[in-house]
Amino acid sequence: MVQGPHPAPPRTPAPPAPGAPAAGASTAGVGQVVAQRAAAPAAPSASSAPAGEVVTGAQSIVRSLEEAGVDVVFGIPGGAILPTYDPLMDSKKVRHILVRHEQGGGHAAEGYASATGRVGVCMATSGPGATNLVTAIADAHMDSVPMVAITGQVGASLIGTDAFQEADIVGITLPITKHNYLVTNPDDIPRTIAEAFHIAGSGRPGPVLVDIAKSAMQAMTTFSWPTDINLPGYHPVTKPHAKQIREAARLLATARRPVLYVGGGVIRARAAAELRALVDASGAPVVTTLMARGALPDTHPQHLGMPGMHGTVAAVAALQKADLVVALGARFDDRVTGQLSSFAPGATIVHADIDPAEIGKNRAVDVPIVGDLKEVLGDLLPELQREQGQHGLPDLEAWWKQLDAWRETFPLGYEEPSDGHLAPQYVIQRIGELSGPEAIYVAGVGQHQMWAAQFIKYERPNAWLNSGGAGTMGYSVPAAMGAKVGQPDRTVWAIDGDGCFQMTNQELATCTINEIPIKVAVINNSSLGMVRQWQTLFYESRYSNTDLHTGHGTVHIPDFVKLADAYGAVGLRCETKADVDATIKRALEIDDQPVVVDFTVSRDAMVWPMVAAGVSNDAIQYARGISPAWDRED
Amino acid sequence: MTRHTLSVLVENKPGVLTRVAGLFARRSFNIHSLAVGPTEHDEISRITVVVDVDQLPLEQVTKQLNKLINVIKIVELENDASVQRELLLVKVRADAASRTSVLEVVQLFRAHVVDVVPDTVVIEATGGPGKLDALLAALEPFGIREIVQSGTVAIGRGSRSITDRALERVSRSA
Repeated sequence: MVQGPHPAPPRTPAPPAPGAPAAGASTAGVGQVVAQRAAAPAAPSASSAPAGEVVTGAQSIVRSLEEAGVDVVFGIPGGAILPTYDPLMDSKKVRHILVRHEQGGGHAAEGYASATGRVGVCMATSGPGATNLVTAIADAHMDSVPMVAITGQVGASLIGTDAFQEADIVGITLPITKHNYLVTNPDDIPRTIAEAFHIAGSGRPGPVLVDIAKSAMQAMTTFSWPTDINLPGYHPVTKPHAKQIREAARLLATARRPVLYVGGGVIRARAAAELRALVDASGAPVVTTLMARGALPDTHPQHLGMPGMHGTVAAVAALQKADLVVALGARFDDRVTGQLSSFAPGATIVHADIDPAEIGKNRAVDVPIVGDLKEVLGDLLPELQREQGQHGLPDLEAWWKQLDAWRETFPLGYEEPSDGHLAPQYVIQRIGELSGPEAIYVAGVGQHQMWAAQFIKYERPNAWLNSGGAGTMGYSVPAAMGAKVGQPDRTVWAIDGDGCFQMTNQELATCTINEIPIKVAVINNSSLGMVRQWQTLFYESRYSNTDLHTGHGTVHIPDFVKLADAYGAVGLRCETKADVDATIKRALEIDDQPVVVDFTVSRDAMVWPMVAAGVSNDAIQYARGISPAWDRED
Repeated sequence: MTRHTLSVLVENKPGVLTRVAGLFARRSFNIHSLAVGPTEHDEISRITVVVDVDQLPLEQVTKQLNKLINVIKIVELENDASVQRELLLVKVRADAASRTSVLEVVQLFRAHVVDVVPDTVVIEATGGPGKLDALLAALEPFGIREIVQSGTVAIGRGSRSITDRALERVSRSA
C-alpha cells in the first residue's frame, strides 16, 4: 500500500522551479500579477530559498485554479467570495460562467466533468450560496463525478458566531463529499487546491469542497504551486492483484452462463476500448447499467441492454440465470438487484472496482479485484486468452440460444397511447435517431430518463449523462449546459420532463447570454410522470399531487414556448406524430441559440419492463400483468 | 453481534473525529466506546473505537474508515493479543463508619483514592470492563453517587508497533 508521492495535477505551462522568484511581482498591481504569471517561470532562479509571488489569498486561489488546468468555472459571486471574483475577472485562462442558481452551477460542473472526463469546477459564496450547491455535490458523490466546489466562508474571526451568511458547509457536506477542507490561512491555499483536484480526479472520482474564509482571501500570502502531493492516508490501489485476475480469467473461460455486468466505473476509468476487447474475446453477454450506457456500443451483438428495475427482460433474466457474474465498476445497487437475497442466485461473483468498500458491500463476492478498471480489463484479457488456450473456447451456444429467445420474445417496445396523443418513447427514439451517436444526451429524472436510457442507442462512452444514484430532478438543463461548454462541437440534448424542467430552467438565461446553444426536449406529459405511474400501479390510480397542468387541454402554466421566448431561446411545440421529425430537424438546424421543444405527449404511457421496488427480479413484468414464464424456457 | 476493538491512526487535523464519528452514524454502525488522544508523533492521533458488529459489517466499517482521507491506518486489536484498559472515577459515600470497608475494596482492586471529604471519597481505577464492573458491584452497597468512565484504550502486546509504517508515510509528507 505504501506508494511514492503522487504527481501534482497538471498545469498548462511548465511549473516554475521551486524557489524561482517572480520578478517584480511584489510591486505589481492586482491585475498585473496575474498577467505576469506567464513570464514568471522563465525568470532564472537566483535564490535557493523557497519563495513565491507575493499575492493576495484571492489571487492565490485564481492562480491555483489556473495551475490546476481549470478552463471553466460555473458560479455566482456573493459577499464572502467577492475578493476572489476580482482577480478572476482578469484571468486569461479561467472562463467564469455566471449561472442563475448555485445548484445549476453545480450540475453544470457535473455535466462538464461527465462529458469530458475532466474535473468540473463550481464556485459559490458562503451560507445560502454554499447550501444551494449541496444537491449537486450529493449528486456528484453518488455518481462518482470528479468535481471541485470552491465556497467563500465568513472571515476567520467570525466563524462560529452565526455571522451573516454563515453556514458550516464543511460540516454539512461531510457525508456527501469525497473530502473537504476549511482554509483560514492563506498560505494553505495552493496546497489545498492542488490536493482537492488530485483527490477529486483520482481513485474513485468524487466531489471535493474547499471552503475558504474571506479573511484568507484578503490577506497577503506567497503563491507557489506544490510540485507533488503527499496525502499519507490516500493511496488508491490501481494495479489489480495478479492472482485474482487469473482466477477471474479461469472462471470466465469455463463458465457456461456468464454475464458481464458493466457499471459506470468503466466510463469513469475511460476503459471502454479495453472492455470491448474483453467482450469480444469472452463471447459473453453484456449488460450495461444506467450509469454505463455507452460503455459498450448498443449495436454490439453481445449487448443485452440495461439491467434493473426498468431493464430489458433479456438483461434481467441473464443475471438471474447466470452461473457467473463479472461485475466491472458496478455496485449492486438496489435498482439493479431488486430484492437482494434473490438476485442472481446461482452465480459465482467476480467483482472488480477501484473502491474496496464496494466489494462485498451488498453482495458477497467470490473473487474480489481492487483496481482501476482500465488496468483490470487490460490484465484480464491476456489471462483470459491464455486460459482459453488451455481449455478451448467456452461453449456458450446453449446460453446464447436462451438469451436470443428472451431477446426475440421480449424486445424493448411500447404501445401507441389510446388517447391519441404522442407516444413519449417515439419522440425520444426519433431524437436519438436523427441526432446520432456523436451527440450528447442529458436526462432529468423520471419516466423520460428511463425511456432515454432505453430508446436512444448509445455507441460511445460519455454520450449519456444522467443523475443515476441520487435521482436529482432538475439535473438535465444545467448539466447539458456544462456538457456543451466542455464539448462545444457536439449537439447536446437535454431530455427533460415537464416536472424536472421547472426546477432548473432558469439556466436557459445563462445558456442564451453565454451562447451555449443546448437543445431541450421537454417530454411534457403534464404530470410528475414516474410518480403518477406508481400511483396507477400501486395506489389505485389515485393521483395525489402529480398533475402539473402543462400539457394537452390544460391551462399550460407555464407555457414552455413562451418561457423559451422569454429566455431568448427558440421555443417550438410538437403535438402530433406527423410533426415529430420536422420539429427535431428544425431544432437541430438552430445552432446559435438554445432551443426548447415542448413535446406534449400522452400522460398514460408507462415505463416497461418493470420490477416493482423490493421484489425479486424474477417477478419482472414485460408489460402490465405480463410476466415471462421462466420454467417453460428452462 | 460481537465486540471489536479498532485502533485508528489519523492525521492530527481539525474535524477528524467528526469525520470518523459521522461515518459510524450514517452507516448505522454502533459505537460502544471511543477514545482519542495524541501519539508519540505530533502529526498522528490515535482513536480507539470499540464497535458491536458481526464480522462482515466489521469489514465494511474498516473499508469505509479507510476511505476517509485523514485516516492513515486501521488495526483490529484482538482481546488476547492486546492490553485493553478503561479509566474509571467513582464518587462513593464513605463516612467514619464505612470508610474502612470502602478502603478495603479499594485495596482489593488495586484502585486509588484521589479525593477525600468527610462523607465521600473519589476512587480512581483502571482495568478491563470485567474488573471495573466488579469494582462497581463491590462499591454499590456503600452508595455510588457519581460515575465517569473513559472509552477503552488498547495496545498490542509484544515489540511490534502499529505506528512504524504510518510514521514513514507522514514524515514523507512533512
